[in-house]
Amino acid sequence: MADLTTSLAGITSPNPFWLASAPPTNSGYQVQRAFEAGWGGAVWKTMGDPILNVSSRFASTTFNGQRVAGFNNIELITDRSLEANLREIEETKRKFPDRAIIGSIMVEPQQEKWHEIVKKVEAAGVDGLELNFGCPHGMAERGMGSASGQVPELVEKQTSWVKEAAQTPVIVKLTPNITDITFTAQAAVQGGADAVSMINTINSLAGVDLDTWNTIPNVAGKGAHGGYCGPAVKPIALNMVSESARHPEISVPISGMGGVSSWKEAVEFMLMGASNVQVCTAAMHHGFRIVEDMIDGLNNYLDEKQIYSVNQLIGQSVPKFSDWGELDLNYRVVARINNDACINCNKCHIACEDTSHQCIDMHKDDQGNDILQVREEDCVGCNLCSIVCPVDGAIDMVEAPRQTGDEPMTWNERQSLLSLMPAK
Amino acid sequence: MSSSQPEPWVSLKDIKKNFAEANPGLKQKEAVEEANRCLYCYDAPCITACPTGIDIPTFIKGIATDNLKGSARTIMESNPVGASCSRVCPTEELCEGACVLNDASSPIMIGDLQRYATDWAIKNEQQLFQREKHTSSSVAIIGGGPAGLSAARELARFGHEVTIFEAEEKAGGLNAHGIVSFRLPKDIVEWEVQQVKQLGVRIKTGVEVGKDIDAHLIMEMFDAVILAIGMANVPKLGIKGEELNGVYDAIDFVKETKTRPLTKHLAGKRVAVIGAGNTAIDAATCSVRLGAENVKIVYRRTQKEMTAYPFEFEFAKQDGVEFQWLSSPSEITAGKDGNVNGLKVKPMKLIQSMNDKRMAPVPIEGAEDTLDVDIVIRAIGQSRHSSLIEAFSIDHDNGVITVDPETLATSKENVYAIGDSIFGKGQGEAMVVSAAEQGKQAAVSVHKALTEKNVHLA
Repeated sequence: MADLTTSLAGITSPNPFWLASAPPTNSGYQVQRAFEAGWGGAVWKTMGDPILNVSSRFASTTFNGQRVAGFNNIELITDRSLEANLREIEETKRKFPDRAIIGSIMVEPQQEKWHEIVKKVEAAGVDGLELNFGCPHGMAERGMGSASGQVPELVEKQTSWVKEAAQTPVIVKLTPNITDITFTAQAAVQGGADAVSMINTINSLAGVDLDTWNTIPNVAGKGAHGGYCGPAVKPIALNMVSESARHPEISVPISGMGGVSSWKEAVEFMLMGASNVQVCTAAMHHGFRIVEDMIDGLNNYLDEKQIYSVNQLIGQSVPKFSDWGELDLNYRVVARINNDACINCNKCHIACEDTSHQCIDMHKDDQGNDILQVREEDCVGCNLCSIVCPVDGAIDMVEAPRQTGDEPMTWNERQSLLSLMPAK
Repeated sequence: MSSSQPEPWVSLKDIKKNFAEANPGLKQKEAVEEANRCLYCYDAPCITACPTGIDIPTFIKGIATDNLKGSARTIMESNPVGASCSRVCPTEELCEGACVLNDASSPIMIGDLQRYATDWAIKNEQQLFQREKHTSSSVAIIGGGPAGLSAARELARFGHEVTIFEAEEKAGGLNAHGIVSFRLPKDIVEWEVQQVKQLGVRIKTGVEVGKDIDAHLIMEMFDAVILAIGMANVPKLGIKGEELNGVYDAIDFVKETKTRPLTKHLAGKRVAVIGAGNTAIDAATCSVRLGAENVKIVYRRTQKEMTAYPFEFEFAKQDGVEFQWLSSPSEITAGKDGNVNGLKVKPMKLIQSMNDKRMAPVPIEGAEDTLDVDIVIRAIGQSRHSSLIEAFSIDHDNGVITVDPETLATSKENVYAIGDSIFGKGQGEAMVVSAAEQGKQAAVSVHKALTEKNVHLA
């Protein structure tokens, strides 16, 4: 059994799986059930001035029969009083002293309001604070959430106000609804953040009803954009975590989230620099017990890889992530079809023929059997065939031997070499 | 013997239930899940394996995307009796057998999905095709079975005036009369007939060509004639006792369950069905479902040589039908009341045959067995409508109409033939789906000939 204990800016938890600030962490009852199920920590649903919610709040994307491929919500921060939340935080922390409880907070951008809420929430015994600069709907209209989170100066300023009062580590949760998240991440660091967490939800409209032509969801016939999360957003979240992790000015730990649905995504986020992960949609889809397989699967993975502590994963793949200009232009992979494993659905052929580089031919072998063959000289190594192939092991992308003159060279190297050449 | 037994009790309600469609069909969730499992292959082998070439990946995609009208249309476009075929095709030998997922996981349930889509069209009373033009040419189709309906549908869509002459009271042929209700309910066939009728095809039922109307008159009246006359009744066994009360022809026997109210006349009876093709299975399972106490299939060869589809064989076994292999009937016996009371059978053995790929049965000397039965149903194949073929003065080989394999034209100009009437010996069992395809092919040939003629005349 590997050691799953993690620490984010000094906040420890028995495993890296935290519930994100969201509907699952709305009450002591829920968080205590989550801790019983095994969750390592929970970020309490954002506390602030009481809000009013609308009815009809969630929607999801079903893709080819897979429900909740993506998830959309227009629910706001907690609809319960600060006092009730703090009382339950205290009670939950007393019952589960080894678990991390983080108080997510959001107030108007005024120094004294931040000071006041920080003091109250810390008094309840939280292990840390998370500043919600990400919520894309409802709160933004009041100058809070992503309205703050999209302006680096506001992120820095408000973080520094919190730090003036905070005794516990401060995590700044960032919105993805911005061109380059490293700008706001840096602002958080400059404001004194002890960690950043990302991503919050992405502006979204889940759908339109084909019969009523109402938006999905609709509130009395009207809709508004919500926040998108769940499996579909993982690649976006993973990129933002990776970009932040490799950024030299973003020197604080990262709590990664966005589409973590199993132990596998947790490993990916940690390899790309996250110190732990937060989860919401998977729990909303399957209930809190989904953490059991997350913990078990992670353990088995680490044992298999003979890794003693989950922390050894953190950032291992970050050096492998760079800019396009640093990629070797002379490296080549080509598709190779294993006709023993191939089931002849011809999806690779038509994908290549119609939409890529026309290099997979349909032939017959000596016995008259249908076979598919790659003309390797025309293959650009795009991977499309292996992506659409429904059978594992039927298409391998193999490294093509380098020809003379194919020594590694990146675009950046090429450009600097060209600049050295004398002008004609 | 049977009279001494207590009156068996089986209600008509039970019998009716027994004749309701056995396969419940896919539920909506099942269908969508299964449709989503389809890989949507390019140049899919299932299409090639379908005699009518239904674009299977496309119709399955329609189920997955809630485009059921498009799905049903795709099916019926290629196969005018696609709703029937979804129920009676030997799919494991055709589309499902060719599915690329056979090795990787399990084949897509293409037949059941096809039924799901066509059931939707039936339930929602969809008219899937329209007649878009009208020509001055007329075509007569003799026989309103799958082949004839298929040809009629296509010719009507080409714009021609089509008349079907059907000897029975209702069109549908084998699908309407010869396939048991619990596999193919009659309302499915009626819908397919309706689809053809709504294109302006006239269907003259209860008209027997050669008897009610002269074959030569038809050839004079119409610009082209297509013979889709199917097969006739089951020939006699040629043994003693065939005229006795309680001996049936399997074709008539099954037809009765589809055209007349179900009765309890078989309740508690012991039945022997002679032969082991699909019709024998149908007669046997019908007997079980009519309340027969014991049903045996008596066959002179073995399971290996029988012509019934494997799924039909399984179906019969599940219905409790017994199989008595290597037994050849030699005499049907009767009690004093003149009713059948026994079937004498001779034990057989198989030897290599000179002129048949199958092993040939020969009697073993000696022991003869008597089966105690009340009913004997013969299901040893079907005879040909030879006199009708003769009436059209076309070439045939022992009742198998000779046709050009490309155009399906007979030896007589403007006369074509399709379906069971052109299936020769050694060609195996004729399939509904092949008949449908031939209907389409003949329609194209006829249309081409008529168009050329009109161009010539102009």
